[in-house]
Amino acid sequence: MHVVRKTSYDQDMRLFAHRGVAFWYGVLAIAALLAPLALNTYYLSQLTFVCVYAVAGAGLMLLTGYAGQVSLGHAAFLAAGAYTEAILQAHGIPFVLSLPAAAAVAAALGLAVGIPALRLTGIYLAVATLAFAFIVEEILARWESVTRGNFGIAVDTLAIGSLRFDAEWKFFYLALGVLVATLLAVRNLLRTKTGRALVALRDSTIAAQSLGVHLAWYKTAAFGLSAGLTGLAGALYAHKIAFISPEQFTIMVSVELLVMVVVGGLGSLHGAVFGAAFIVALPQAIVFAKGVLGISGSGQAAVDAGVFGLLLLLFMLYEPQGLYGRWVKVRYYLEVFPFYRRATFRRQKTYARTERLQ
Amino acid sequence: MSLLAIDNLSLHFGGVRAVEDVSFRVEPQEVFTVIGPNGAGKTSIFNLISRFYDANAGRIAFEGRDITAIAPHEVAQRGIARTFQNVELFEHASVLENLLLGRHVRFRTRLPFELLFTPSVRAEERAHREKVEEVIDFLDLQHYRDTRTGSLPYGVRKVVELGRALASGPKLLLLDEPSSGLNNEETEEMSFWIEDITQELGIAVLMIEHDMALVREVSDRVLAINYGRIIAAGDVESVQAHPEVVRAYLGE
Repeated sequence: MHVVRKTSYDQDMRLFAHRGVAFWYGVLAIAALLAPLALNTYYLSQLTFVCVYAVAGAGLMLLTGYAGQVSLGHAAFLAAGAYTEAILQAHGIPFVLSLPAAAAVAAALGLAVGIPALRLTGIYLAVATLAFAFIVEEILARWESVTRGNFGIAVDTLAIGSLRFDAEWKFFYLALGVLVATLLAVRNLLRTKTGRALVALRDSTIAAQSLGVHLAWYKTAAFGLSAGLTGLAGALYAHKIAFISPEQFTIMVSVELLVMVVVGGLGSLHGAVFGAAFIVALPQAIVFAKGVLGISGSGQAAVDAGVFGLLLLLFMLYEPQGLYGRWVKVRYYLEVFPFYRRATFRRQKTYARTERLQ
Repeated sequence: MSLLAIDNLSLHFGGVRAVEDVSFRVEPQEVFTVIGPNGAGKTSIFNLISRFYDANAGRIAFEGRDITAIAPHEVAQRGIARTFQNVELFEHASVLENLLLGRHVRFRTRLPFELLFTPSVRAEERAHREKVEEVIDFLDLQHYRDTRTGSLPYGVRKVVELGRALASGPKLLLLDEPSSGLNNEETEEMSFWIEDITQELGIAVLMIEHDMALVREVSDRVLAINYGRIIAAGDVESVQAHPEVVRAYLGE
């Protein structure tokens, strides 16, 4: 087991706790960079999807995992980013401008949702965001002069200047780059004043307020940032799919995004990435399982939805910290082997709070 | 000039008069204690000062400036920090993060720079960390620095909450039952800290307390209330001996 000896305050601000961690992230980075050599186009394409989903996951994690605000409407922000990108590209706006614009449009929508959401918490907030997502979906279908309605929009191959992202590996590197930048930015945020304020908002609004945390400001900011990142993912998604239409941004996508952060592990950035990998791998696993079990026929979508729901339920019951929580436990088990005690991670019951104001 | 001046403060919930025409003054560096039976309106007074409740009548002034109608998050900026009766820590954050949140109002970093973690952000984090370490030293919390507060024993949580309030660098500290849930030793320690807070750090303390031994030990002045009204005020002995106070606690 590695015990870190701390000799300076800067040590607590580092991205990597110690050299061992930095080393393994280095290995991971090299593996990611070499992935196009080792994987065929199909698997590389799936890996690209993981990157894109993980960007959206980081956005939702910030809002739900850190600031504690549930959203059942993130498909709307994904759609906002995707449509902004598709429409701007069709008008000949270069990618270096349209990508930030996609994030900005989604962020603006997020702020617009965030302000009325200030008075809502828990289930009410979930329902409000859900309603918002339906409104956006409906607008996409009806505003035909701009969105081409249910016909959808074909999205051209992405190009920056003369560099065309026509091969899978090129787009993979772009998605990977955006993911790394996103994770770094969110991680930076979490180790500063704003990140702590979001956590404060989640754990005790009343104490946060008494310490001078401006609830309205931080809640709105959380919505704006989260939506902006999801919009960023949406822009990449549009290019990856090459065709977007309203039925790609239904309630099911919002649920998928939420499943992603819950199964990944609320309150950790690792969770966002693990959850993205889970979301992409699960349908494949189901197809594989059906092949092995010899089950044939239609209804893949229904089976997917059923398994999603079941897994969400099981995770909430037995591993509320998600895949990341499981990962921490397994790693700890190996580190202290053979001294692991079952009670190490036992959940504690906390005192009931009798004097809640809100 | 008094540090905190409360004049004719009233708070009604429908027909319930939680606080009725309460006036008192807290002077710099003193320990001012509010006592009274359960439901007397003590915590309501705190919540009025914290601006969680809107007063129906009366005025609260801090350092001569009216704070009766400011936003709740501005109270900390003015230099008033508080603790809660049932401990309101950020349970999924470490002690260090809780204390850094105490310094929230002193941070001047801006969101775009935080996203990039620029050298200026780092420098500010470092400066505030130093302040937090002073509090950690003051309250002997070194051992718990990186522990998640949700897994700490209750007594330590109370100290962390006190530390979080101190970290904000207040001029007035509101302590809501600092000794509740503590054993004798921990209560004794708490009384030493309260004395140090006023004498060494020069911070005034306004507290609600039921443990009369602790009240006697640290209080400069005591105010007794019942049914939202003041029934006695003055030094500890005279308030404790006051017939109204005896009646409120023991009945007739």
